[in-house]
Amino acid sequence: MAAATPRVPTADDARALSRAQGELLVLTHIYTATLVLGVGALFGMLQGFSRANFIVMPPSFDYYRMLTAHGVLMALVFTTFFITGFFTYSVYHTMPRVRSTRLGWTGYCVMLVGTAMTTVAILDGSASVLYTFYAPLKASPLFYFGATFLVLGTWLVAADIFLNVMRWKAENPRLRIPLPAFIAACTMTMWIIATLGVVAEMCLLIPWSLGWTPGIDVGLTRMFFWYFGHPLVYFWIMGAYAIWYAVVPVTFGGKVFSDSLTRLAFIMLLLLSTPVGLHHQYLDPGISAGWKWLHTVTTYGVVIPSFMTAFAIFATFELAARKAGIRGFVKIVRWLPWSNPVFAGPALGMILFIFGGFGGIVNNSYSMDVLVHNTMWVVGHFHITVGGPVALTFIGATYGLVPALTGRRLFAPRLALVQVYTWFFGMSIMSAAMHWAGLLGAPRRTSDVTYFGAQGAATWHEHMIWASIGGTIVAISVLMFIIVATGTFVSDRPAEEAPRFEFASTNEDAMATPPVLDRLGRWGLVAVALAVLAYAGPLIAQFQAHAYLAPGMKTW
Amino acid sequence: MIFGVAMLVLFLGVITTAAVVDGFVPPSHVQSIDPTKVSQTPPFDHPGLRKVANGAYEAYYVARIFSFTPASIEVPAGSRVTFYVTSADVEHGFSIPATGVNTMVTPGWVSAVSHTFREPGTFLLVCNEYCGAGHQLMAAKVVVK
Repeated sequence: MAAATPRVPTADDARALSRAQGELLVLTHIYTATLVLGVGALFGMLQGFSRANFIVMPPSFDYYRMLTAHGVLMALVFTTFFITGFFTYSVYHTMPRVRSTRLGWTGYCVMLVGTAMTTVAILDGSASVLYTFYAPLKASPLFYFGATFLVLGTWLVAADIFLNVMRWKAENPRLRIPLPAFIAACTMTMWIIATLGVVAEMCLLIPWSLGWTPGIDVGLTRMFFWYFGHPLVYFWIMGAYAIWYAVVPVTFGGKVFSDSLTRLAFIMLLLLSTPVGLHHQYLDPGISAGWKWLHTVTTYGVVIPSFMTAFAIFATFELAARKAGIRGFVKIVRWLPWSNPVFAGPALGMILFIFGGFGGIVNNSYSMDVLVHNTMWVVGHFHITVGGPVALTFIGATYGLVPALTGRRLFAPRLALVQVYTWFFGMSIMSAAMHWAGLLGAPRRTSDVTYFGAQGAATWHEHMIWASIGGTIVAISVLMFIIVATGTFVSDRPAEEAPRFEFASTNEDAMATPPVLDRLGRWGLVAVALAVLAYAGPLIAQFQAHAYLAPGMKTW
Repeated sequence: MIFGVAMLVLFLGVITTAAVVDGFVPPSHVQSIDPTKVSQTPPFDHPGLRKVANGAYEAYYVARIFSFTPASIEVPAGSRVTFYVTSADVEHGFSIPATGVNTMVTPGWVSAVSHTFREPGTFLLVCNEYCGAGHQLMAAKVVVK
């Protein structure tokens, strides 16, 4: 046996090492998101029971405290940890990386500290302000500081993504940015522009919560919040679309339908996600109807990249099926890998999103909003969007990512498959019941819809029972997800063949991508300009009104 | 894709026509008020129903945790009622399900929304924005005779 030759560490070794650290970073993001989803789902299920009058939450841990925890953990924490983790993977995996992972880890830690602060404030009862934290409900400073840290942490993760992409672009000026890295950088650009709104709001809320300022301009904080609140929704959707475009095709041997179409869709989302927020404030006093109408128009505009996405996804299915010799709608649908959870999760999500998208168009329809605003319809809507397509896509991707990052075999793959269908089934029941109750006028955000037996409320309660049945099914589904996700790590069974989580390559027949689509910096500036155009008028009107300040209150 | 965009343009056309021709716009009253002095500011110092003409009423409401004042009003069927609402504390909602009456109530601002009550009945009026521990109790009624 020949003596082993001593090896000098090469650049490849350094990259391998660095990649290993990167994998741990991504894995930590994914498992944090998984844990948060579990806690959030437990609260969600108890809320369903509470609204259906099966249980009454004790005053020491009341309904609204739990509702705040559910909303913050699901909408702000679960989604954000998954998306930042996934985009970190998108960049680390598609470009040879030379930077250390230190910035990424710092970002993660800041996000985690922020989450811990906010969670403590909510659980100790000093911040039952729901995830919209509308002033002048006044939470403890810890809540606002925590939320700010969560956002600042994502900025560090974004900086890590930008620096990697810029370095790669400097070294490869003639090449296109790899599509997954482009999507990551594009989405994080949108996110930075959007979160400026919440940071501006925090600049008002934090001094006020510390008692340094006597009152707060409620209208202004609402405008800042919704400047951020709608692009937040698109942040979730862009994370899900990234997986639909670039990951899902791999599960059936397909390719990205068109590189340029994908980039164009993401650039449109970057441009149009922000100048739309007033459609959440249609029923607000103090904002003129004209500005609201302008945001109706731009919101219809942001539907277009979603149409493009639907078109591209179906084209991807069809092209791959034809290549395999399959033709005809029914045959293609049957041919798709419905028994692979990495496909089935996102694909079931796409089905839900058809309804979620239609409902969204109703919500945006200006004067029509009075029929559904702040009713259970809206709750049904966001459970069939972020709680359906987005969450199912992230869960499906987790089933692919965890084995790839750990080299382990997926634990109980059949349970994983049952899990995504259970979620789909439960969420369909819950969301349908919520939509229906909303059309009958049932208000959202109340612990009890019976209103002491009032005539107008008589039809609402039975729908809450159906919603709680659906919600329980979803909660059981989340439990299955936690078992599979943690079981994969704990059971520690190495896979026979190294599991991979790859991105799809582009269809060769597609048109060459125009270089202008790669100019993210410039598109970012256009996005800022559009946000300024859409918001300068309403903001100036808000400042000129010299609104009276409202003192803060703790009404819970 | 083209069909989708055409539908969006159609929707926008319908909404805009309804807004311009029939005045179907979301409640967007612009009038400020000091939220700390609501009980001293007319007409909210005496909230309640005022008859302005035959079949036309104005109703002034103060929303305060966890009730509306007035708790009940009564109007004849066929009346057009314009509701003016403001908050003396936190953000509230003002919604009469099964009618088009639905608006946010923001401290510092007066909301306004009109509705013609054609059918007799007792309508439930609820706060539909979370305002605190007793939010689920915050309701009033509108009786149409």
